[in-house]
Amino acid sequence: MQEEDKMSQKSGKISRRTLLGGVIAAAVLPVGNLLAIGNSKPQLPAVADDPTKTPGPGPSPLGRRSPFENPVRKPSDISSRTPLQDMHSTITPADLHFERHHAGVPTIDPAKHELLIHGLVGTAMKFTLADLKKFPSVTRICFIECAGNFRTGKEEMTPQDILGLTSQSEWTGVMLSTIFNEVGIDPTAKWFLAEGSDAAVMTRTIPLAKAWDDAMIVYAQNGEAIRPEQGYPMRLLLPGFEGNMNIKWLRRIELSEEPYMTREETSKYTYPVKDKIRMFSFELDARSIITYPSYPAKIAKGYVQIRGLAWSGRGKVNQVEVSTDKGQSWQKAVLQEPVLSKAHTYFRFDWDWNGEATEILSRVTDETGYLQPTLKQLIEARGPNIGGYHMNPVTTWQIKQDGSVLFKPEPLK
Amino acid sequence: MKKAMIIFCFVLLAVCCAINKISVAQFRTGVPGDSLKRVPKFGFGRTVGKAEIAEWDIDVRPDGKGLPAGKGDVETGRLIFVKKCTACHGAEGKQPPGVKLLGGVLVSDTLSTGRVKTIGNYWPYATTLFDYIRRAMPYNLPGSLSNDEVYALSAYLLHANKIIGQTAVIDAGNLPKIIMPARKMFVMDDRTGGKEIR
Repeated sequence: MQEEDKMSQKSGKISRRTLLGGVIAAAVLPVGNLLAIGNSKPQLPAVADDPTKTPGPGPSPLGRRSPFENPVRKPSDISSRTPLQDMHSTITPADLHFERHHAGVPTIDPAKHELLIHGLVGTAMKFTLADLKKFPSVTRICFIECAGNFRTGKEEMTPQDILGLTSQSEWTGVMLSTIFNEVGIDPTAKWFLAEGSDAAVMTRTIPLAKAWDDAMIVYAQNGEAIRPEQGYPMRLLLPGFEGNMNIKWLRRIELSEEPYMTREETSKYTYPVKDKIRMFSFELDARSIITYPSYPAKIAKGYVQIRGLAWSGRGKVNQVEVSTDKGQSWQKAVLQEPVLSKAHTYFRFDWDWNGEATEILSRVTDETGYLQPTLKQLIEARGPNIGGYHMNPVTTWQIKQDGSVLFKPEPLK
Repeated sequence: MKKAMIIFCFVLLAVCCAINKISVAQFRTGVPGDSLKRVPKFGFGRTVGKAEIAEWDIDVRPDGKGLPAGKGDVETGRLIFVKKCTACHGAEGKQPPGVKLLGGVLVSDTLSTGRVKTIGNYWPYATTLFDYIRRAMPYNLPGSLSNDEVYALSAYLLHANKIIGQTAVIDAGNLPKIIMPARKMFVMDDRTGGKEIR
């Protein structure tokens, strides 16, 4: 068996026995065990003492990561989170893009899939994937972030644990405005319902203005077809809007005078603000996080390059400031070009650590002048029942004297 | 004669180029996001009729648009709930002590201000119940309930949350008229970017 594993690793093929074993395991093991399999590290190959003395394997049909690198998503029952601490720039490899779905990932035959557009339109129409690909295509880079992307509670938390429900891709598809022009939109239409082809048949209502602005129907992610977890064969892309609205496995759009008040936009994705419940929160407010150094990294006295991500659902990142003295003073970080609208932006800050315990944190200002708040400021603005969605507080990392880095959980009350 | 022919050809060529330029320019305006007006139709996709739309058009709006014919009462709904819903939502839709419900709690005293969100204290529109149950429930067999069964489940859950009486029969006429206790708490987002934290 071990020999066979070695062989299959070398040839890049999945052996019959491995495949069958996997299927049987999937059939009998409870979910927890399956997750454990997903997280298990691949066996490291035999390494020659000197790689310059032995020829390596030749070309293969499909590349794979170095067996020495093992970035993985962190799955729960309903989502999986991107390992932001393992990323070196802003594009998320498609197989590490976060997932959130409401009734599992459907398997869809692209030849059978159609998108229906109807309601307050001139002509109700259906489009196949092949039809969509004939329209003028557009490519853009933007992030998608879940509106419920905030966890806290203990010191041993990575960026993935705290806010791993954000990822960035280069998306290709057709502008929704191009398709809406094709069907003709009735002047009385103000909203549109988007519906997925998953077992939740999930729906959200979106303001029509977003369609005329920058909404897209996308079929490609980082240059190849969208992954099933991200909505294969087509999804809605609403740059800057909460992830849930970017309906995956898109099968239907209905134009309407009024919102539908679906389950996701009323009993979910809404949150208490003082004595009221706020609904229809579309844009994700500006946010940043230092991804290095972060838990579980350990640093040494001397030069440390602080690195991280900043983004805003309302446009471009204007500036990122970093504090290395617990927030008493702030200095500007360098932004890595290109700085794109509604996109993860990489920042860097050179730091000479003097070896004393401290706290480091970052805060972003977006092009609307919005400055990322602290958790305390968010609680002051929204009241003591804060929680749930649209939480974008400053993240603080504690640097201990021994160089270890720990998250600083702050009280919610 | 030969000269005239050559001039004619040149003119024809110039006219053709001009026409070609116009059509290309027209299409170019359709490429990026500013394509609302003055864009030609591309002619891709196919038109569909009412019957084909009806197969997929399952949404229900707060004004009742989309609600089908049919009706259901509280007791019928209770029997369906016991059979098809309690495994994930608990007996009577309530939280049993010490058990993590797969589908979450659905029922509470509507006056409760506790953190647990239920239909009684957190759902602003009754029509959402019908829409959601019909499209997505039960979790293991979505889309398997008849319209009458969905009306009955809606009636049962509204009654269990003390919103309608024991003898109520729910249909397309009265479901949109129910005023949910949580409706008055919901407000539209007022964040606008800029300096203010909201």
